Amino acid sequence: MSQPLPPKKPRSTKQIVRNFAICIAIIALYVWTFASINIDFGRVIERLSSNFDRVIPQLFSPNWDRAPEVIEMMIETIFIAYVGSLAAAIIAVPLGFLAAFNMTNSRFLATFGKWILSGVRAFPEIILAILFVVAVGPTPFAGILAIAIGSTGMLGKLYAEVLESIDMNVVEAMQANGANKIQIMFHGIIPQVIPEFLSYAIYRFEIDVRASTILGYVGAGGIGTMIFFAQSGRNWSDMGMILLVIIIVVTVIDYASTYIRKRIV
Amino acid sequence: MSNKMSKPTIYDDSYAPLLSPWRVKAKITAIFLVIIIFLMFSSWRTGVDLNELIWGFTNMTQITDKLFPINMAILGPAMNTLFETIHMAIIASTFSTLIVIPVSLLAANNITTNWFVYNTTRLIMNVLRTIPDVVLAVIFVGLFGIGVFGGIVALFIFSLGILAKLISETVESADMQPVEAMRASGANTIQAIAYGVVPQVLPQFTSFSLYVFEINIRASVVIGLVGAGGIGSLLMDQFSFNNYGAVMTIIFVIFAVVIVIEYISGKIREAII
Repeated sequence: MSQPLPPKKPRSTKQIVRNFAICIAIIALYVWTFASINIDFGRVIERLSSNFDRVIPQLFSPNWDRAPEVIEMMIETIFIAYVGSLAAAIIAVPLGFLAAFNMTNSRFLATFGKWILSGVRAFPEIILAILFVVAVGPTPFAGILAIAIGSTGMLGKLYAEVLESIDMNVVEAMQANGANKIQIMFHGIIPQVIPEFLSYAIYRFEIDVRASTILGYVGAGGIGTMIFFAQSGRNWSDMGMILLVIIIVVTVIDYASTYIRKRIV
Repeated sequence: MSNKMSKPTIYDDSYAPLLSPWRVKAKITAIFLVIIIFLMFSSWRTGVDLNELIWGFTNMTQITDKLFPINMAILGPAMNTLFETIHMAIIASTFSTLIVIPVSLLAANNITTNWFVYNTTRLIMNVLRTIPDVVLAVIFVGLFGIGVFGGIVALFIFSLGILAKLISETVESADMQPVEAMRASGANTIQAIAYGVVPQVLPQFTSFSLYVFEINIRASVVIGLVGAGGIGSLLMDQFSFNNYGAVMTIIFVIFAVVIVIEYISGKIREAII
């Protein structure tokens, strides 16, 4: 232990000042956060002690009588996720091509496409669901639209990244041989990207199943409607049943999707 | 992926389909048909009506009449609750990044050699990740009463699941040779982890923490809808009063803040990695 440690790297004044400024900013952020958040711990503890015995045991003893209804709603949820993500997988293709620089060869178009996609991604699905419930009424269709639009942002971005990483030598060789744009598209580009496009679409379906379980909360169909009623009726054993079905279905779909994606790519 | 393909041999299974193109075609056609049939069935079950959509878009004025003019009077309360939302996200992300350190070590099979501990931790984390954030919020709001505390706990659990998966995977991909060398020269477990593993995973750890903060901002908006405080609660109130002008204002505010925070966090993450 008596051996001398290697000398430390010298630090420039600029670095020290920068690190100091970062530390101050982070401390200020936390002071601001903890000073202005108002949590009434007295009430929290009082609530917890009065609710704990009621909520937790009921949550872990699901109401099996509601199982058929819950499963039926879960199937509707899966349908919403399926139609929504399939629509998104198709809508995202042109947007992905627009946002990929090597496809358009125009900085302006690529940046424009990326801006559209990140703009779409900024909306949480449930906010989109609120908008579509206003637009088309409280039906599963509103949920499908919300999922379709919400997934387009992420899928378009992933598609664009795949397109930007393809082997352009193939495209160049085809151009040199006199292939037209459509031929290059179908024989040079699409065969290279299809497995990854499919894999991402399936991955997004997995996320969409999770996302669409809550859309019903604002009236956009699916199992979320039951969550809403269970919450407003404080019916925790129904909630336990809903939770159990969600956990099982999401896990099964996760495993299935991981398996299929491994086979594709 | 296609450029990574090894040279196929005639006995290779992956080469077999090329010998009989009709089999590939039949398979693809079958998959395509299944997708279409399932799509038609789902559309029928969920009542997709493209007429309704097109009608909806042609009657855009009707929708915009509902949503516009936006109600600027709500902007003040919206900003206040927005700060509450950001505070919730900061607190939840901080605690989950602290707690995730031991959890991710327990869920990494190169650190935790005990089969039982490793699988139990992973199972718990996997189950946590399947529960949607809103459902967590409903449960914790039910437990702790309406307000930010339930929301913070829900966000904490939600981000713990995501972080544990991401970080334990990073730890598993770390180079174990420095750790072995340290163990061989007499370092104890804590020392080996602190000097062998932590420096390797620290950049990813910071980057994932910021990523989870981004997710938490979005999630804290959403969980507010079920009464967990923040701007989401305000949004849900205005939505249930059919006060669509105010709804649109709040949505614009959320949109702006999500974009800004994503941009900042993206810049920081680029600088770190």
